[in-house]
Amino acid sequence: MSRIGVFVCHCGLNIAKTVRVSELAKFASTLPDVVVAKDYKFMCSTPGQEMIANDIKKHKLDRVIVSACSPLMHEQTFRKVLENAGLNKYLVTIVNIREQVSWVTHDIEEGTAKAKAVLNGAVYRARLLGPLTSRVIDVNDDVMVVGAGIAGIQASLELANTGKKVYLIEKNSTIGGHMAQFDKTFPTLDCSACILTPKMDAVMQHKNITLMTYCEVSEVKGFVGNFDVTVRQKARYIDHSKCNGCLACTEKCPGKGVSEWDEGLVKRKAIHIPFPQAVPQRPIIDRDACVFFKKGKCRLCEKVCEHKAIDFEQQDTFTTVKVGAVIVATGYDLMDTQPLVQYGYGKYPGVYNALEVERLFNSTGPTGGKVTLRDGKEPQAIAILHCIGSRDKNNYEHCSRVCCMYSLKFSHLFKEKTTADVYQFYIDMRAAGKGYEEFYNRIIEEDVKFIRGKGARVAESADEPGRLVVEAEDTITGKFVKLPVDMVVLSPAMIPRSGSKEIARLFNLSTDKNGFFMERHPKLAPLSTMSEGIFIAGVCQSPKDIPDTVAQANGAAAEALTIVEKDKMELEATTAMVNPSSCCACQNCVRVCPYGAPFFNEQKGVSEINEALCKGCGLCASVCPASAIIARHFTNDQVLAEIEGLMEF
Amino acid sequence: MEFEPKILGIACNWCTYTGADLAGTTRLSYPQNLRVVRVMCSSRINPSFIFRAFQLGADGVLVGGCHPGDCHYNTGNLYARRRLAVTKKILEFAGIEPERFRVEWISASEGNKFAEVVREFTEQVRNLGPQTKFKIEREPMPEKI
Repeated sequence: MSRIGVFVCHCGLNIAKTVRVSELAKFASTLPDVVVAKDYKFMCSTPGQEMIANDIKKHKLDRVIVSACSPLMHEQTFRKVLENAGLNKYLVTIVNIREQVSWVTHDIEEGTAKAKAVLNGAVYRARLLGPLTSRVIDVNDDVMVVGAGIAGIQASLELANTGKKVYLIEKNSTIGGHMAQFDKTFPTLDCSACILTPKMDAVMQHKNITLMTYCEVSEVKGFVGNFDVTVRQKARYIDHSKCNGCLACTEKCPGKGVSEWDEGLVKRKAIHIPFPQAVPQRPIIDRDACVFFKKGKCRLCEKVCEHKAIDFEQQDTFTTVKVGAVIVATGYDLMDTQPLVQYGYGKYPGVYNALEVERLFNSTGPTGGKVTLRDGKEPQAIAILHCIGSRDKNNYEHCSRVCCMYSLKFSHLFKEKTTADVYQFYIDMRAAGKGYEEFYNRIIEEDVKFIRGKGARVAESADEPGRLVVEAEDTITGKFVKLPVDMVVLSPAMIPRSGSKEIARLFNLSTDKNGFFMERHPKLAPLSTMSEGIFIAGVCQSPKDIPDTVAQANGAAAEALTIVEKDKMELEATTAMVNPSSCCACQNCVRVCPYGAPFFNEQKGVSEINEALCKGCGLCASVCPASAIIARHFTNDQVLAEIEGLMEF
Repeated sequence: MEFEPKILGIACNWCTYTGADLAGTTRLSYPQNLRVVRVMCSSRINPSFIFRAFQLGADGVLVGGCHPGDCHYNTGNLYARRRLAVTKKILEFAGIEPERFRVEWISASEGNKFAEVVREFTEQVRNLGPQTKFKIEREPMPEKI
């Protein structure tokens, strides 16, 4: 016979509004083995926790049930309470009467009835719980950072400066990410390269950072504290151990490919470095553009390379890296606006997307920093269209957060570099951030014209051939506007970087409906994920500006440190075990386990489970025909008892 | 009085249970007929859980897991999908209306879908009326274990 204490939380009025909490506590006291049942305003507060701890001692409780919010919220909190009171922490049961009862009903009768049923289930289950011992494992000291944009760079430097070894993985041939493509940053208008390139260089020079560019993660094994991450080094066709970065090869190369760096505005050589300040300063060969790979002859680069670094035979190679924690900072892409045919992107040469315009402003860009149209002429009138594909139920519902501000920045730069009239077509101006409203006011003063109304259509001008017309409804005057311009800038929705689906699969991350990685808790754990030891930073979590991205990167670095700073850490004890006397040696468990935890012990003729590898999903327990496998904390008896309790009321 | 069905939900910790929490956090209301058991993975679900629930008087059983391919444990829900498909056949064979048993893939971000599925399923089970085929007389809960 067990001694159960039931503690019902009001959560202010969050629960108490639609569940009669004192009635629930009274009901609990009538259930078998319950020796004490109480309700309290905030069970997770210090007095609430003390109340539980005192009652554990006073009533000699050996089981505790907390009827409060979701276990995903405070299970750990209450486990600690038990531990401090000298009880095994697995003897606490959380009954979720907030997220799954009080918040999903308006009817107090219904709410109370359902709360009783779920509490009853918990009492049935709690009676069958047993103490469990946590596993203690060694923790690897190193950290992997995936993605070397500003988020990844910042996180890597922070970690490396604490003395931790960092593996920084970047899928492109240079680090820097989107920030390196910009000319100026809002609202201070400081030069993007001036603040980023020193950091890029610091990454290259840092003795604690192993930089792995042109690499992709191909496999992730293990668990928090002990990840084995396999990284694929894509073939560069240049042996970087021999190359000294003289770039003589890039001068002679006849192959031409589209410059990803300049957003496709110009061509670049097949053998190339993306931009003059690229890190590392070593070229790669774009196989699709290389004349030798296409036609079988050329090899000009090979002839000019004094260091014999060109290697057309090079293959992808794989290395496995052991780390204790991982930070994912894979960033974003702009939405492809071509399918939004009303804006004519890809059809009219005068229509640009925001990243292309960033390149036009940049002195390392295709025009050397001059604002000219594709035909070389300077635009006389420019329209910037906000919210293309974002804040749009037909495409992406989310606000991309930075477009208002970079559109203002564009206005300023257009005014600085051209004599054109600049028009902003916006839905709302969102300038929430330090110095942002001030920047907005400054741009208003700069003779930029603001039209409150979303750009509806871009068409060819009927009167002036070669010019464009932007159509919109000005929602302030209520009038339909048709504005002739030479250049249209689209501010498209920011979406997760291509390939982030694969990253989500590899690292077991959940994604939201737009594909951004989901945090463990939107307020209290914004950098952690459901996969322990994997953290997220930057736009891969949701659109944000550079200051927020850097802050998140620092935060993620600190989170990763809390793991790799430890020598040893505790893992969940909820693993599976085999009862050897019932095992029928069918080896079903060995075949199904995705982690290879069960193995067949030939000598004993039974299956056994390597606890270090077990993640506690319970799959083996339900494929075991002999019921010899026990999924700790979720045993057949415990689950069946809970079902019995739930179905009683 | 109108018939109020009892529905057992079995949800995996990482997707459907979190999705159900999200439905709560965003204050979507749905019928209170569902009582959820949390398991770590839908692959933990032993068909006996479902049969037992019907024995104990459940009028419907709803199982939720991660979308196939998105399982927190890589392949767990693929095994669950097959096993639960067979379970449905067995229930049908034993004379339970297959509409009383439903498997849904609901991710952690699909609070809306969770609420929608519960509304729909509760209505469906309500229309089927009480489930009597499997139901047995309960024994009183033992005082000691």
